Amino acid sequence: MKILMFGWEFPPHITGGLGTACFGLTKGLVKHDTDIIFVVPKAYGDESQEAVRIVNASEVTIDLEIDEEREYWDRVQYMEVGSNIIPYVGPEDFSKVTELEKRASENFKSKVFSQKYEFSGKYGLNLMEEVARYALIGSAIATKHDFDVIHAHDWLTYSAGVAAKETSGKPLVVHMHATEFDRSGENINTDVYAIEKRGMEAADRVITVSNLTRRIVIERYGIDPSKVVTVHNAVEPKEKKLSDAEKQVKEKVVTFLGRITFQKGPEYFVEAANKILKRDSNVRFVMAGTGDLLHRMVMRVAQLRIGHKFHFTGFLKGDDVDQMFAMTDVFVMPSISEPFGIVPLEAMRSNVPVVISKQSGVSEILKHAIKVDFWDIDGLADAIYGLCHYQALSEDFIKYGKQEVENLKWEHAAAKVKEVYTAAWEEFINR
Amino acid sequence: MSKSICLYFQVHQPFRLRTYRFFDIGKSHHYYDEYFNRLILRRVAEKSYLPMNEILLNIIKKNPKDFKVSFSFTGLVLEQMERYTPEVLESFRKLIATGNVEVLAETYAHSLSALRNNGEFENQVKAHTQKIEQLFGVKPTSLRNTELIYSDEIGERVAAMGYNVMLTEGAKHVLGWKSPNFMYTNAINPKLKVLLRHFRLSDDITFRFSQQSWSEWPITAEKMVGWLNQVPEKEEIINIFMDYETFGEHQPAASGIFDFMKALPDAVLKNTPYRFRTPAEIAKIHQPVSAIHVPYPISWADEERDLSAWIGNNLQDDAFEKLTSLTEKIIETDDADLKRDWYYLQSSDHFYYMCTKWLSDGDVHKYFNHYPSPYEAYINYMNVLSDFTIRLEEQAPGAAEIMDDLLKNTGKLGKELGKIASKKMQEAEKSVKEKYQQTKAKSKPVFEDIKHLSDTKIKKLIKELDAEQLAVALKDAGEEIREKVIPNLTQKAKKQMDDLQQKMTDIKHKDVQAMRKKVEEKLKKIF
Repeated sequence: MKILMFGWEFPPHITGGLGTACFGLTKGLVKHDTDIIFVVPKAYGDESQEAVRIVNASEVTIDLEIDEEREYWDRVQYMEVGSNIIPYVGPEDFSKVTELEKRASENFKSKVFSQKYEFSGKYGLNLMEEVARYALIGSAIATKHDFDVIHAHDWLTYSAGVAAKETSGKPLVVHMHATEFDRSGENINTDVYAIEKRGMEAADRVITVSNLTRRIVIERYGIDPSKVVTVHNAVEPKEKKLSDAEKQVKEKVVTFLGRITFQKGPEYFVEAANKILKRDSNVRFVMAGTGDLLHRMVMRVAQLRIGHKFHFTGFLKGDDVDQMFAMTDVFVMPSISEPFGIVPLEAMRSNVPVVISKQSGVSEILKHAIKVDFWDIDGLADAIYGLCHYQALSEDFIKYGKQEVENLKWEHAAAKVKEVYTAAWEEFINR
Repeated sequence: MSKSICLYFQVHQPFRLRTYRFFDIGKSHHYYDEYFNRLILRRVAEKSYLPMNEILLNIIKKNPKDFKVSFSFTGLVLEQMERYTPEVLESFRKLIATGNVEVLAETYAHSLSALRNNGEFENQVKAHTQKIEQLFGVKPTSLRNTELIYSDEIGERVAAMGYNVMLTEGAKHVLGWKSPNFMYTNAINPKLKVLLRHFRLSDDITFRFSQQSWSEWPITAEKMVGWLNQVPEKEEIINIFMDYETFGEHQPAASGIFDFMKALPDAVLKNTPYRFRTPAEIAKIHQPVSAIHVPYPISWADEERDLSAWIGNNLQDDAFEKLTSLTEKIIETDDADLKRDWYYLQSSDHFYYMCTKWLSDGDVHKYFNHYPSPYEAYINYMNVLSDFTIRLEEQAPGAAEIMDDLLKNTGKLGKELGKIASKKMQEAEKSVKEKYQQTKAKSKPVFEDIKHLSDTKIKKLIKELDAEQLAVALKDAGEEIREKVIPNLTQKAKKQMDDLQQKMTDIKHKDVQAMRKKVEEKLKKIF
């Protein structure tokens, strides 16, 4: 079976969850006798890594040079098209990001703090135009290549997917990694919502990364439940050896790592930290990442007078993330809404026990993680305290958590995706 | 008698911090951006200190009787000069050697220590005086506090240290209808004379000298003379206090600031009844008119002339409270590196960088701030402070204390061991030492252990408890413990406790036990 796949990023230029997921998924699909044409807008040159920082804290770089899977490259045809789509941002932020990116490369400062938000608000490139342009390219590619099913990842590529379906008549599968509600809360961008809705309506199948997302798709977009299928993400086995960075502080280290935005629930982390620090001075808290709530969090920490035990690192890049995990005793993801949430899996892979919110997609599949409601600050504090101080608990979570994560293979996820393709294809044939 | 004009210049540069990340905590104890600090000092030296010193030296040579100025240098800028620009130090020495320059006392670290009454302020003034004597061979008799921060209470403490004169801001909200152009006295101790800055004339030079949009621009020596002559007949002192960097750095040479200063002394001496005098001279020849009441601290900064540039928002308060909470531990240490960092971390500049008010004074703040925002300033400072705190806490207690503990415990355990293996006494000693450390780490302290605590530790324990808790815990505790604890209480606490204990006739044994448990918890911390 041959798939025409539209994404917006691919290794080595990965900004976060989706690039990693696409790479993992295609690797898995190859093992199930699938050929793929992977189309990506050429969003980044190597010079523009500054933009990455705004986008997602969990940047992962995968070096394709040392990736020796020949079979993979025999079966995957990789195409870059000239476009400037940047993930995770809405049209409003897009102009700011591209502007920032331009300035950042002009005026690079090697200071940790130089990555702060310095949005000029000037008019930059138009994201919607780029999306439309990508759609045109999509339909052009569809006429030139031969394939059986079209697969489009997230709203930026949906128009391209729909255009390809219209030109070729082949079935379309759209993949929901994050909905507009996950990105923007209730203040959604209606243009983006419309593109998502149209894409899913035009699609023959919709894949969601969790049941949580599936519910949103059905309830808030009114998509026919019979064509919405959940396929949970997986995680690549750790190829690099674990960072041997040693912890330099004697206290337990509790870490939040992610964008510091409303959806990630950073304030619940701060409040829980305060509860713990009021009783137990043997803990340090770290908030890694950046985002529009960073300054408010800093102010709150100062107001609670816990600044000497609560640290902000700013955005962390690849090696720093590994180092951070190596120093971490408990990882916390208190997201208010998280379609999936791959970072806890990365933490568990690095032998770190995790506390996650019940409102995250990943909580549907994890057993060895403490799950609390994001708003339950006492529960959060209890869980953190327990994992910090009750050795039996943390040892079990580390041991079984690692096993659990290692069993979450992309191969299995890909098998389910393949079933979706097959179903769509058969429906198409029998129509 | 002629009127007085007092020119006073403040010379200060902080030790700015490098970008210090969470990952550095516990690993790197190097906090300062040496490159940046050196760069700035060299630039300021070249553009301001050196040319302006030269000008002042020439004026003094021309008017050895009538031209005098005063300076204050923070310990931090002096250390940096020693390190980065010894020629500047030499140039100041020459100036001071003329005898026409009064050097003022201040805090060593340009710190806010006067805001806390814990001895640190006094220590720093002492340390600063030592530094001044060592470098310039003079002993200050007048004092200016960091950023001219002053209150009745601070003034009283300065008087108690033996200083005659103190400089501060002629803040409108304190003066009301009064004029800054007289000498006043401290409201509590009238022995201390207080000189008030004429902020309009001072700021005309400091901030408005090159401001072309200002209606009075440009200021010339003649214009200044005109203003001085407009001052009412009876008002006898004009205090012009400013940052020394005003000359050539804040106001660039191209603005004509140096020419203005060259021309000013002659113009004033020829055409006005004013003579240039230093604070000490003024205190001698003028009479104070009344006391000045300053119940809340004032300063020379920003429109508010209060403390809001350094403390008041959450970022600043958290940082400052955490910093000052370390004061007692610092007194106990004799580690030179720790003491040095303690000074460097106290300079008010760090708190200035965390200021979040960006209205009328935004430009001034921006000029002095190398952080992109107050939040970054706070994050960075707190990381450094965390490392500093760890170092301070890990510091071994005094050698004598260890020996004491060791002897006591070795003796106890040694006797028993000695019966079994007296031959292997040496080996045993060693293992005892280890065991002691282990038991010390593991064993839970009990209430009775208070008997064996040092007075320092008792004081620490008392700090952890409030009077009521202490009163309950000490109920029927036995003479030995009471005698250990009571002398360590302050008079006030003692009285409070006596009162409480008299009331506690019907307290239950259970409650006393529970409180002692709590005390034991605290003890664990102290051990």
